This record gives sequence, C-alpha cells and structure tokens, in this order.
Amino acid sequence: MPTDDLRVKLLTQMHFIRMVEEEIASRYPNEQMRCPVHLSIGQEGVPAGFALAVRKSDYAVSTHRGHAHYLAKGGDPKAMIAEIYGKATGCSKGKGGSMHLIDQSVRFMGSTAIVGNSIPIGVGLGLATQINGNDDVSCIFLGDGAVEEGVFFESVNFAAVKKLPVLFICENNLYSVYSPLSVRQPEGRSISRMVQTLGVDSVQADGNDVELVFSILSQLFEEIRAGDGPRFVEFSTYRWREHCGPSYDDQLGYRTDEEVAFWKSKDPIDLMTRRIKDLAPDSMARVKDEIAKIRIEIDDAFRFAESSPFPSPEDAHVGVFASE
Amino acid sequence: MLGYLPVSETTFVSAINDALGIAMAIDKSVICYGLGATDPKTIFGTMHGLEEKFGRSRIFDMPTSENAMTGIGVGAALGGLRPVMTHQRLDFFLLAMDQLVNSAAKWHYMFGGQASIPITIRLIIGRGWGQGPTHSQNLHAWFAHIPGLKVVMPTTPADAKGLLLTSIFDPNPVVFLEHRWLHQAVGKVEPGDFRVPIGVANIIRPGKDITIVSSSYLTVEAIRAAQFLDAEGIDCEIIDLRSISPIDWTTIHNSVSKTKNVLVLDSGAQTGSVAGEIIAQVAMKQHQILQRAPMRLAMPDVPEPTSFGLTREFYVRASNIYAEVMRSFEKIPSSGLNPIKDPVPHDVPGDWFKGPF
Repeated sequence: MPTDDLRVKLLTQMHFIRMVEEEIASRYPNEQMRCPVHLSIGQEGVPAGFALAVRKSDYAVSTHRGHAHYLAKGGDPKAMIAEIYGKATGCSKGKGGSMHLIDQSVRFMGSTAIVGNSIPIGVGLGLATQINGNDDVSCIFLGDGAVEEGVFFESVNFAAVKKLPVLFICENNLYSVYSPLSVRQPEGRSISRMVQTLGVDSVQADGNDVELVFSILSQLFEEIRAGDGPRFVEFSTYRWREHCGPSYDDQLGYRTDEEVAFWKSKDPIDLMTRRIKDLAPDSMARVKDEIAKIRIEIDDAFRFAESSPFPSPEDAHVGVFASE
Repeated sequence: MLGYLPVSETTFVSAINDALGIAMAIDKSVICYGLGATDPKTIFGTMHGLEEKFGRSRIFDMPTSENAMTGIGVGAALGGLRPVMTHQRLDFFLLAMDQLVNSAAKWHYMFGGQASIPITIRLIIGRGWGQGPTHSQNLHAWFAHIPGLKVVMPTTPADAKGLLLTSIFDPNPVVFLEHRWLHQAVGKVEPGDFRVPIGVANIIRPGKDITIVSSSYLTVEAIRAAQFLDAEGIDCEIIDLRSISPIDWTTIHNSVSKTKNVLVLDSGAQTGSVAGEIIAQVAMKQHQILQRAPMRLAMPDVPEPTSFGLTREFYVRASNIYAEVMRSFEKIPSSGLNPIKDPVPHDVPGDWFKGPF
C-alpha cells in the first residue's frame, strides 16, 4: 500500500508536469516557442505513476506528446524548455524541438514525431539489455493511434518471441488528432485484450488514478525484471487541450461538451488531492511547499531558455554524421 | 582469432562471410540478423557457420517484420550494440523506410549529436531470371538522397570484405548493397581485419582518353568494354565508385581533368540517378576542359520486366558501353560491327547461376 509520503510524491509529480505544460501554454502566444507542442494536460496520472515506479537505469522512449514522459523519467526541465525555444542549450541543441527530446543521463533515449516510430526502438533497447545481461527494463510510451500501425504489431511480436524486458505503456486518450476510436478500431475492441492474444500479458486500468498506475507499473516492472518477458498496459486517459498547441479545440465539434466535462471531472490531480485530504490532511502543507519549489524551478527553466542564445546558422550544417 | 582465410582467390560470398566472422570475433557488440540468417541456406551462404561460432543470441533469424526489425536495430545500437541486418532483396526493405529515413538517418543530427546509430544494413540486389519489377530494384540513389546515411556498393571480393568491416565499425548507419550477380565473383582478398575506407573510389583500370565512372556489377561490364575499346585506340580509365555516399569527388574530377571525357554508368533508373548527379558536378566544375558532351548509360525509367523475352535488350551491357563511347568518339569499329558478343543467355551472371533467385 502506498504511504502518505508516496502519495505526496505522486501528487507533486503530477503538479510538476501540469505546471510545466501550463507555463508553456501561457507563454506560447509570445511566439518564442516556434515549434509544434503537444501538451499532456489532463494526462498527468500515467507519467506521474511511472516516475515513481521506474528506475533511473531503465530506458524510456516516447512520442510527439512526450514532455510529460521526459520529465517523469527525470529529464532536465531547463534543457527541455530551451529545446522548445530552439536554443543552443536545448537538450537536442535546437535540432529537434518539442517532439525530439532526449536526456541520456537519465536514460530517456528519445521521443520522436512519427506515430509508432519509437516503438521498435524501445524494443531494440530491450534486446540490447537482454544481450548485455542486466535487469533493466525498456519502457515504451505509445498512444491508441500507434496501436493501428503495422510496426506496433511487428514490435510486440518480436518482444514476445524473444521474451524481451520491455514495458509497453499505452495511453488511450480516445483520439488520434480529431479522429475518434470509432472510425479507427472496431466497436467493442479492447486494446489490452488484443495484445494479450499476441502473446504479451496485458492489463487495462484507469490512468486517472495515479496510485493505481503506480501500483500496476510497479508490479509489471517486478515481473519483467524477473525475466518473465514483456508486458503491456493500457491506461484510459484524456487530453484536455487541443491536439497540437496551447489552446482548446472543442469548438471544432469533434467531441461533445459532455464528454469533455466528464473527463475533467476525473481530473487525476483533483482525485489525488481529495484522497490525501481524506487520508492524511496534514500532508497538504508539504504538497504546498513542493508546489512552491516547483514554481521556482519552472521559472528558472524559462528564464534559462529565454536568456540562452540561439545556435548559429552554421550549426545547421554540423552533425549529420558521427565521427569515429 | 583472425585470418580465417589466406591471401588467395575467394568469392564475394566468402569475403562477406569472412568479414562478418572477423567483426563478431573482434567485437562482442556485433550482432547479425536477417530473415534466413540461420536457415539451411544462410542467405546465399554469406552467414554460413556463424551461428555455431557465435551463438544464437548474437546471430539469429527474425520475423518477417522489416520495419520493426530496422527500428529494433536502431534501438539495439542505442543500447550499445552494432547490428548487421540483412535482407535477401533490397525490395523487401522498402517496408522499412520510416525506420531508415526517420530514425536511423536522423538520430544523430536531430538529437544534437548525442547518440549515433552504428547499424549496417546489407541489401541484395537481384537481376535476371525473371526477378521482375519488385526483386531487382537498384535504389542506391534513393538512399544517397537521405542526409545521414552512408551508401556503399562494392564490386570485388576484396572491397566487399574491406567495406563491410569498415561499415560495421562506422558509427553511422551504412546501407551496404550487394549485387546478386557478383556473389560468385572471385578475387584476391587480404586475410584478417582488412578495411577499405568509405568514400574512396578505386581506379580499377587506369587510362588516358575517357573516364568511365561505374559501380557494382556494371564495373564488370565496363572492364570488358574497355578491353575492346583499347583495340580501337581508346584508353578508358574506369573508376569503381565503391561508395555512393559520400562520393569521392576528388578522384572523379582528377580523372576527368586528365581524360577530358566522361561516361557514367548507373544500374538505377536514369531520372534522379547518381549518374545524373555526377554529370551535373562534372559539367558545373569542368565544362571548359570537356572535349565531348558527358554521357550516361542508366536503366530506362521503366520497372524491370520479368519475361526472358522482355529483358533481352533491357540491361546496360559491355556492347552498349562500347557503342556509346565509339559514337561519342565518332569512330567506326574496324570490323565494321560491334565486336562484343555479350554472354548468353542474357539473364544469368554465369553458368553457376541456376535460379530461382
């Protein structure tokens, strides 16, 4: 059972992710972050639970909507914000932007911008781990859209054949851009049950309950580290803001106001706050302190990014090849 | 551990096999996989005996999943391994363009140079015996068009071995193109860890009258044509490119400075070809010294047909090279006729080839 301390950490981690994303959203209209951004506001439960369950030496790869995963794995916020600003101090030196984040010091090996693209790469990291012979796990974040890609099937299949130490974490937020699951996958499909039939033990759970996310992931990490092969987990979640950008896109009419309101009523931060207030009201003072520290850290990160220099135009031509 | 083979005549296939064995012996991070890698035929014999020597965790057969297996190679490379992936036909690999172009080629650049992808992708190009539209494509120009990829295309067994070892230990992704018609080619190969640098062409026949830039199987045809052109007083210098990307521009420009004439051969379709790029560079930089219009012999902009009948005049052969050079030099063969009788049947590389692929 989670302790009060763990609950505070889970809630704090969710606040951290949301506050970073909200700061990006609020400053985006200044037109200094000149690249597409895909925010995870509303989806913080999964990455926060992951942050507390994962080990530093485990690998992770992610997607276009990857800020939360980078931060959850322990990626440097300054380098991420600077990257979104296109600065020389960015985690990818301005070459990648919001959709290409990396912090190898915490084994966040990269997020990429093509749906499904990073899935086999995560499986390959699992293969390397197996051949190198240690008990690290390679964690792959993906969305419900990526499940429709052929490479998803290919990757799950290979992980199953080789019993690789891979954890597939599917955040099912019901939409691929504006296209609902109903036009993309057959009625009544359960993604997790489908993957189970491919030979990978799978579970499905509520991604808004960060404690549940944490305990499920902790259990799966344990099983994989024991050499039991890959695992797949599907968490239900919901993107609050627009697919790409800082605002809302509900005026487009692709989802109903009732649906949005329903999912906002399941806000993972509210849920956890209420739980802590019920179970350990004294802990809320610590949460407040942590939020104050996060505020300072985020302000520092944006100050760092905004004051950092751009890379020089000549740098565009450097780094196509690695030298020996 | 090294020196499995003495300096002696060996085949292209044995040279590849030798290079793989040496790479796996000197570096435990080298892994090899491909569909059929450990089956009874071991990919035309190129991976013969490796499973027994190095074990199933380092050399393995794979699912028919070209795209994922390329991405898995990228991930394995990020995890510290040096994967060598092989496909029995280049065409099969077209399913993997996302992982080749968006991942392998980009990773080093788009993450600010923090990680590199030392993966080698061996692709075998088919030809003849009805290989047809989707088993015979020469897409080296495609790969060379992608910044971040190196592309090599050896002709001789020695270059096959030396370039494969260099490719495996290069920190970047390398597309290694083997022509099926060269697999039984024979030549002297150095023993041990012998390397040929990427990006350096080989003047395979020195000459003074015309530069013929060639690569892979077409170099065999060019050498044959040059023997007959020599009899007509045209001394050909043949540059075997070996590397398609990067191209050895220095060797090409130096040769053209000397011969003042150029013919470029290309086994790919002519529009957007590597030959077109070479002619552009020569024309832009050396137009003042050229005695004749630059020439190109490439494949027509047509898929390769299957039928024995349809392919009879389809390929660029020594007789075509001879005729093109003679036309350009405004010469008539002393016998009055093109003296080159290209080997028949036209759709096999030699008696050794009995099909089906």
